[in-house]
Order: sequence, then structure tokens, then C-alpha cells
Amino acid sequence: MSVLLTLCLLAVLAVAGFVLCRARALAVVGGDARRLHSLPGYYGWHGAIMAAGPALLFLVLWQIGQPLVIEERLGGYFPQAMIADEAAETLILADVRRIAAGLEAAIASGAMTAEEVAGLDVAAGSLRDRLAATGVALGAEVAPETLEAAQAYRAMAHWGAVMRSLLVMGLALAGLAHAIRVTGPDFRARNRVERVMLALLMLASTIAILTTVGIVLSMLSESIRFFGFYPVTDFFFGLTWSPNFSGNSQLGLLPLLWGTLYISAISMLVAVPVGMFAAIYLAEFADARVRAVVKPLIEVIAGIPTVVFGLFALVTVGPLLRDWIAMPMGLGNSGSSVMTAGIVIGILNVPFISSLVDDIINAVPQSLRDGSLGLGATKAETVAQVVLPAALPGIVGAVLMAASRAIGETMIVTMGAGAAAQLNLNPFEAMTTITVKIVSQLTGDTEFNSPETLVAFALGISLFVITLCLNIFALWIVRKYREQYE
Amino acid sequence: MNDMRLVERDVEQVTGKIEARGVQVHYGEKHALKDVDVTILDRTVTAFIGPSGCGKSTFLRCLNRMNDTVASARVEGRITLDGQDIHDPRIDPVQLRAKVGMVFQKPNPFPKSIHDNVAYGPRIHGLARGKAELDAIVETSLRKAALWDEVKDRLDAPGTGLSGGQQQRLCIARAIATSPEVLLMDEPCSALDPIATAQVEELIDELRAQFSVVIVTHSMQQAARVSQKTAFFHLGSLVEYGETGQIFTNPRDPRTEAYITGRIG
Repeated sequence: MSVLLTLCLLAVLAVAGFVLCRARALAVVGGDARRLHSLPGYYGWHGAIMAAGPALLFLVLWQIGQPLVIEERLGGYFPQAMIADEAAETLILADVRRIAAGLEAAIASGAMTAEEVAGLDVAAGSLRDRLAATGVALGAEVAPETLEAAQAYRAMAHWGAVMRSLLVMGLALAGLAHAIRVTGPDFRARNRVERVMLALLMLASTIAILTTVGIVLSMLSESIRFFGFYPVTDFFFGLTWSPNFSGNSQLGLLPLLWGTLYISAISMLVAVPVGMFAAIYLAEFADARVRAVVKPLIEVIAGIPTVVFGLFALVTVGPLLRDWIAMPMGLGNSGSSVMTAGIVIGILNVPFISSLVDDIINAVPQSLRDGSLGLGATKAETVAQVVLPAALPGIVGAVLMAASRAIGETMIVTMGAGAAAQLNLNPFEAMTTITVKIVSQLTGDTEFNSPETLVAFALGISLFVITLCLNIFALWIVRKYREQYE
Repeated sequence: MNDMRLVERDVEQVTGKIEARGVQVHYGEKHALKDVDVTILDRTVTAFIGPSGCGKSTFLRCLNRMNDTVASARVEGRITLDGQDIHDPRIDPVQLRAKVGMVFQKPNPFPKSIHDNVAYGPRIHGLARGKAELDAIVETSLRKAALWDEVKDRLDAPGTGLSGGQQQRLCIARAIATSPEVLLMDEPCSALDPIATAQVEELIDELRAQFSVVIVTHSMQQAARVSQKTAFFHLGSLVEYGETGQIFTNPRDPRTEAYITGRIG
């Protein structure tokens, strides 16, 4: 029985559990729902959860555990020499799985019967050719051990599937029977159901945290490998970035960090004033009709993919800045520049800031505005001296979130700022950022075993730490001022 | 309530401060205030009473043109302050509101320190030359609002950290710091406990020496305690306006009598 079929059956059992338990709860009290501890629907949900929940959990665990057990056993089919190191073992096991899958495909497509497959022999002809006919390409001729292991793999997988189906169905039926048995006027069904829902909610919140932890750990372990190849001080304090895949690279973080911070700073210089003014206009001065048109229009910008912004930087902003500002002022003749990328990222962030700040300003109570206007303050004085200070924690949070976005932006920088890593003060020179170099170090068919590729992880974790610090700073600001401004 | 005492109370000042003639207010389709004529006297506490939605707060907000900030509101009629029409194009509503201060129903201290809350008005109107003078204004206002002793050691603490009654007195101090000529109070005690209410009422009585005070209240006892003149509003109309003692002991209109004795409202 396939997993999909099992899931369908579980769904049917869950529905049956709902209907049966609800009906039984009502029947026990003779149709008078008030004599039940919980509403009848809760008994139904309890039945559905008991039928599907444990069985689903078991199914997931089985699906994780089965391949591990099978691989453990397959190891016994090969002489120690063949699986001496981990990489070789991984390759062989991958071969075994592909051959097993190929044999299954051959049976399914009718190219071979089940008996033929069972009687296959490496000596009897080229297994490689026969499998190729069914669409499974193998790199080399099959060794007898591998074929044997593949046959064993198929047998174990079959056996596992049968056992899995039986156990899952058994568990589901047992759960259902238990739910029906306990259903009665004194059974606290609502509390049970709510506890399960609570567990689900907690699980959902944990997943985000665990994912973050996972990302950090994986980057950390690769970064540690990188620092095994390359000295830590040279990475963090190196002034030159010149990776060389034939070795002898100089992988200094500082030029990239400088580019990142320079571009982000310019983008914030564009985004913060424009976004704030747009938000103040929309929240305080625009009348309802203007607001109804302008606010969605500004937010449309947020929906444009960044690669389109990159094109805009490449073909419009870059040449414009070069021809009208950089060349007349003698500051260079590069179409890609820090200025180009900074301005375009700034424009990208304008709707982000204006939308957030607009919401924050709207959340400032009207009574504060009335109080200020009632003292004879003008609208402008009210905004500047009462509304904005009251909204400050939220505004700082919005600005720092926009800064995180600017630091993490990749596409616009690639297309607008170029790829030259250099320490330079001239904003009309091409520079590059951490994100761009992460991508370029990992593009192409690479293996993660040289400092030139592993440096991407060290760059990634540096970036992560920078944005993390910004976010912590944002939270700190918000918390510090929120106490004061409530 | 000591009715005899109320009858004996005099109105010492007879100069008209604010005159309203034929004031009409529409909120969109709703006709909120119908043809109101009132003369508010200088250095007098005038109470506006009436059931909820009768237009008393609306009328109060006409007196300093706060209804201008409500997009759907339309005000007609003539209101004069010291003989000057407040809807005259030469009158800046911002300047008008400096002269006609307002205290709101809910305490609304700004998210600033206690000192800066009180200094807000004097600062924007440039009433003080130098820090010393500003500090003096802050102290006087807080003293007048009977708050100085409670906050003099923590003027830099946020105004929002005070208790409800203290916050309302802070708002009153903030309003009197701009030295207005008229102080409008929109149910200033509705969010306060009895002790804080008593403090605010005492304060209102003291303020009468300098300002003309107009207070909207739901509490008839409060109106009787603090005011010399009382206006009764009902369904958007001014029903009766007269001496407080007369309104509460000998109302001329049957609707006023019905409201005061608790039969409508």
C-alpha cells in the first residue's frame, strides 16, 4: 500500500471517527447535549484526532527510520574495502537505490516481469543496457554485490511497506476504538482537543526557531571547516579580495563589508527621508480620496521582483548617473556604481518604510492630536512634536528592518554595482557586497572542499551576524522607548 | 445637595466673553446642533448638561473651532470672542485655540516628560524667554493645577506614568500654561475617582478668578457644585440657560425639570 493510499485511508478513518464519536456522545445522553461535558463537536474532533493523529505520527517516524535501517543492513553486502570511506559508501548506496528503482520501473513499464527481475544475474548479460532501455542510466557496469544489494533493498522495501501499512492501520483503528469507548457525558473532550491544538500551535512556533538554529549550525560547521583552510585573522582583517580557484587566494572580508555598508548607507539615505515623508503625507495630510489612490500605488513597488529593479539600475539609473554626474565631475566612467545600487535599493525600500510608518502613525491615538491642536499647535507642530515622538519606537523598528533588507539585497547589487571588490570612497566606482560574492563563489559545479567555496559560508555567517545585531538593536530600541511612550 | 446655598450664589461678573448666535452643526447628514444662542460670561463657570448625544460636547468644540479638524463637520452661525467673530478669515484657528484652551474627557498627556508636557504650549507660542522663565511658567501652572507637590521631584519622568487623576490635572496644567482666556473642559472628571474629581472641582473653582470656564458634565451634582450658570441641551437644542441655582431649583422648561429629576436622560 503506497503512502498516498495510506493517507487517504487515514483521512477516511478520521472523518468516520468524527461522525461516530459525535453520534455516540449524543446517543449516550439521549440527544440532550447539555448533559455532556463538552459540545458534541468536541467529541467528534476527539474521535478524528485519535484515529488519525497517532497513526500519522507513526507513519512519519517510520518513513524517517526505514531508510536508515535498510542502509545499515545493506552495508553487510559489501566487502570492507569497497566502503572504506564515507564518500565511497554514499556513492555505492546511491547506485543500489537507483538500480532498485530501475528494476521497479522496469516491472511497472512491462519491460521485465517480476520473475525475470528476481532471476537477474550480472553474468547473464549487460544489466546496464537493459536498465538503460527502461530509462535508468548507470555510470558503470553493475558489480555482483551491488545487484545483490539492490535485490535485498527491494525485498526490504516491500516488507517495510507492508508492515508500515498494517501497523498504521492498526494504530488508527485502535485509536478510533479507544475514542469511541471513552466517549461519555463525563469525558472532558474539549480539554483534550484544546490540548492537541495547543501542541500544534507550539510546534508551529518551534519550527521557525529550529530552522534558524539549523541554518546557523550548518553555516557554522562549514565556516569552521573554512577556517581550517584559511587563517581567521586574514579573513576578518584582510584588505584584498581576490579568490583564485587554482589556489593562493586572498579572501579578505573588509572590501566586501565596506561595499555592503556603503551601498546600504546610501540606500537608507534615499529610503528613510522619502519613505517617512510619504508616510507623513499619507497619514496626516492627504485626504481620503488621495490616500485611496496613492497608498496602493506606492505599495505596488513592493510587489516588483528585485531583478526588475536590477534591470532598471543596469539600463537606466547607472548610465544616467555616469553620463550626467560621474563623468562631468570626473569621478569615473563606470556604469555600475555604489550610487546606482544604493539609489535603486533605496527606491525598493521606500514603500516598505512608508507603509510600515503609515500604519504606526495611524496607531497614535487621535486624543494626542486633539490635545496638541487644542493647545493652539499647528498641524505641522503636532506631527513633529507629538505624533512622531509617540511613533518613534515603531519608526526605528521599521527603519532597521529596511536596513536589514538593504544589507541582504543581492540582485540589484549584482546588476547595479558590479563585481569589483575594492576599498574606495568614490561612490561612482563599482564595488560589490557580501551577498554578491556568496553567489559568485558558489555558482557553477563546485564541491565544498576548497577555501574558495567554503568562504561563502563564512561570508554568510558574517552577514547573518550583522543583520542579527541590527534586529536585536531594533528590538532593544523598541522596548526601551515603548515603556516610556505608553 | 444644599439647595438654599445654590439659590444664594451670585454671579459677580456680567461681561459677555463668548456670544453664540444661531449656531448649527451638521456631521454629514446628521443635524447635531440646532440654532443655539448662548452668552458665556467672563470669569464664570458655565456648565453644559444634558443626556448623551444632546450636542453639548459638539457646541463646546465649536467654541475653539476644534470641529474644523473633523472632516464631515459643518458649522453655521456666528460665534464671537470679545466681539470678534471667530470664523472671520482673519482669525487663525491656531491662535484662537491658544486663547480658548481645552481639556478633554480622557487624560491625554503627550509621550514626553511632565515638564515638557506643561512647557509644550508656552514653547510653541513663544511665551517664555529663556529656560528660567519657562520653568517658572511650568511651576506656576502645576501649582495652579494642584499637582506641583506631587511631581516637583520627578519633572523629567514621563507624563504617561502618572495616575489617571494626576494625568488629568497635568492636562489642565498644560492647558493653563498657555494662559488662555477661556478654558473648555469636556467631561474632565468622567475618568476619575471621587477624590481626584474633588481635587479637579476645587481647581475649577479657583480657575474662575482668572478664566472663563465652560465645563461639559454628565453629573448634575458636579454642575450644581462648580458652576454659576448652567445650560441644558436636549436633542441638539438649547432648552434652557440660566443661573445654576435657578435651573436646579426652579426650572422653567418641563424638559429641564424632567431631566433634573431623572425622568429623561
